[in-house]
Amino acid sequence: MDFLIYWLSNVPGFATPFALGVLGMIICERSGVLNLGAEGFVLVGAMSGAGVLISVGDLPLFALVIAGLSGSLFGLLFGFLVTILRVNQVIAGLIMVFLAQGLTSLLSRNMDWVNKPFEGLSKLNTGIFSEIPIIGPIIFQQDLLVYCTLLFYWVAFYFLYRTSIGLRLRAVGENPEAVDAAGGDVILLRLLAVIIGTFFLGLAGGYFTVVVSKIWVDGISGGRGWIIIALVIFARWQLSRALLGAVIFGCIEALIPRLAAIGFQLPQYFVLMMPYAITLLVMVWSNLNPKNIKATPSSLGRPFLREERH
Amino acid sequence: MVKINQNYKIKMEKITKSFGDFLALDDVTFNLDHGEVHSLLGENGAGKSSLMNVLSGIYAPDHGAISIDGKVVKINGPSDARFLGIGMVHQHFRLVKSFNALDNIALTINQTSYYSEKDNLRHKILKKMDEIGFDLDLDSPVGLLSVAEQQRVEILKVLIAGASIIILDEPTAVLTDEEAKGFFKIIRFLASSGTSVVLVTHKLKEAKEFSDKISVLRNGKLVDTIIPGKLDDEALIKLIVGEVFAEKPQLSKNFGEEKIVISDLNLHRSNHAMGLTNINFKIHEGEIYGIAGVGGNGQAELSTVLMGLTKLNSGSIKLAGYGDITKFRTDQRRKCGLVFIPADRQKYALAGELSVADNYAVASILRGDLGSWMGVKKLGKQQSILEAIAEFNIYGVQRLNQNAALLSGGNAQKLVIAREFSSKPSVVIAHSPSRGLDLKAAAFVHKQLLTARDGGAAVLLLSEDLDEIMLLSDTIGVINRGRITAEFSSPADRQIIGKAMVN
Repeated sequence: MDFLIYWLSNVPGFATPFALGVLGMIICERSGVLNLGAEGFVLVGAMSGAGVLISVGDLPLFALVIAGLSGSLFGLLFGFLVTILRVNQVIAGLIMVFLAQGLTSLLSRNMDWVNKPFEGLSKLNTGIFSEIPIIGPIIFQQDLLVYCTLLFYWVAFYFLYRTSIGLRLRAVGENPEAVDAAGGDVILLRLLAVIIGTFFLGLAGGYFTVVVSKIWVDGISGGRGWIIIALVIFARWQLSRALLGAVIFGCIEALIPRLAAIGFQLPQYFVLMMPYAITLLVMVWSNLNPKNIKATPSSLGRPFLREERH
Repeated sequence: MVKINQNYKIKMEKITKSFGDFLALDDVTFNLDHGEVHSLLGENGAGKSSLMNVLSGIYAPDHGAISIDGKVVKINGPSDARFLGIGMVHQHFRLVKSFNALDNIALTINQTSYYSEKDNLRHKILKKMDEIGFDLDLDSPVGLLSVAEQQRVEILKVLIAGASIIILDEPTAVLTDEEAKGFFKIIRFLASSGTSVVLVTHKLKEAKEFSDKISVLRNGKLVDTIIPGKLDDEALIKLIVGEVFAEKPQLSKNFGEEKIVISDLNLHRSNHAMGLTNINFKIHEGEIYGIAGVGGNGQAELSTVLMGLTKLNSGSIKLAGYGDITKFRTDQRRKCGLVFIPADRQKYALAGELSVADNYAVASILRGDLGSWMGVKKLGKQQSILEAIAEFNIYGVQRLNQNAALLSGGNAQKLVIAREFSSKPSVVIAHSPSRGLDLKAAAFVHKQLLTARDGGAAVLLLSEDLDEIMLLSDTIGVINRGRITAEFSSPADRQIIGKAMVN
């Protein structure tokens, strides 16, 4: 029983970065921009969050905001490449990953941020609620961002399904010509989606350092960006399934240290391989299931060029 | 010429537009009256689309002025045009397939809040539908609606956006005869309630039947504006093409032996896709067997089954001289002399990103005419294609290494036919070979099919255009829900065939 409660109370902390990342991916990809650079944006966010805490001071919420914004800043570069220059989205996404890997290790070394522990964001004090048996530790002993994530999902749902701009954003991912004919600005909408989407990816990265590890080392996300990509496919680009997927992966991730604690040690390299293996498995599964193929935004990965005679 | 009316809805005066050296519109003056249906006729590349693209703000004219309701306006983009009440229904619909009709319409109107005004919008749409007699399911994804229904969504889009000028680009290209009739009823109604309609079309018949005025464009110039009924078909065609020109049926004179015999073909398909049931027919040497039918009744399946691209469930295909070819792969069938002109030429017949020469030579390379598979001759490739270009009148080829995607529809089809006919074919399978082509190009395609027939080939012509079937076929079969439901020998009665198509 204790094992179960301890395990489950760790799930939200592991699920939150996935949930944030997939949220960002959905907003981005619903506009038709294929984002394979998730791992890169996560890394940029993670380093920036740590950097703020080390260089500016103990301001964890500010650090998280900066993590998101630096994701967006990096996303602006990606958006510029894929929407305005119409660079192949697969290649641009992969470039983002490698660029981020190089950039974050270079910058963090120069700024001397590596291996410097910091205070980070602690769990929220909910007073009496956290004392409730079973439910207390699972639901009320979490950090602020866990609750904020649920709020973000609600806002995103409202944005995508209840506002005209959300309607247009979804339409751009299905048929950009329709939006163009309706007088919408396809490029601007996609840029917007990329910037919002990469904000959440950056925030997910920030969560890894500011909340979870409370330290920065190179490549700290350890391939979780790729899991986020797999999750968005699993989620069929739907918010509710995204939340479900994030929780499932949170459960799996939370289980590994629990198992280690009771003496069941997984080989280190097996654990390191897991994210990529899972990504591959989800990709295989998703292509075997016709429902997933149908759920893919129709213009995903297709650059938009207005039909004009030269 | 029509008498001058000062109160035109739209006056486009002396519009000139060039693309590089190419003069797409040359000093065109076009006037549109209040509440009229005005047809624009002309060959592909005559300037119809360019003129309408200028009006809808997609192209900026080099010279000329546009005025609406007597006021000179500047149209700097599609949103300007919409603001001025100009709405365009494109030939290829601009719909989001996964959205329902309501959301598709909501997309086009600038509203601050989408969700809270959804009910308002629904009422507005229902009222409009009631007014013009539309019937439409607003809540299913438009991808599941029929083409005619999708077109209604497009029309509602422009109407709800408040358009008083509607441009329809080839609206009936995708509709059946019956649907087209209903469509024009609505268009006439809209015109009678004051909306001005421009109808861009290829079809003389509907231009004559349903419009108040016809303007003819040729080589970027507006040749004349006439009242329908004042000119007979021949004179109208002369205006469009610039020469007297009419196709007449030429029945086959020399039926030979049975060339290909198809018996008891069955193709099972799951989830709503069309299958084939007990298909039986035979084609003789020197015969064109036309298959008439409403699109999507099994034509595509039949053509791919015969070419060996789709595996059939039961039945046999026998070819004179080869016996049973049912088990043959596509390449083996091609070796037996089967050739294929698919309906979607850019998708299935040509590799758009490859050069004209590569596209042409692919057949001869496979036959081994250009050397072994290891050493394909470069020189031979060019000589034979140059000859074919000349023989088949393919215009618009500037360089042999230009992309095939840059060819216009007619020239792309000529390239396909040139390649397919480069070895003497014994069986020709042609699916909608003149779809989207102008009169001249279509006539050329028809002539090639007749030449192949007169050379002794058996020709299977699948077409949704009944006029084309009537014109070319020696025998006519009707396909309906995957079955051949009737067979006639030419000349047959158009009405009876038309009935068999829909019953």
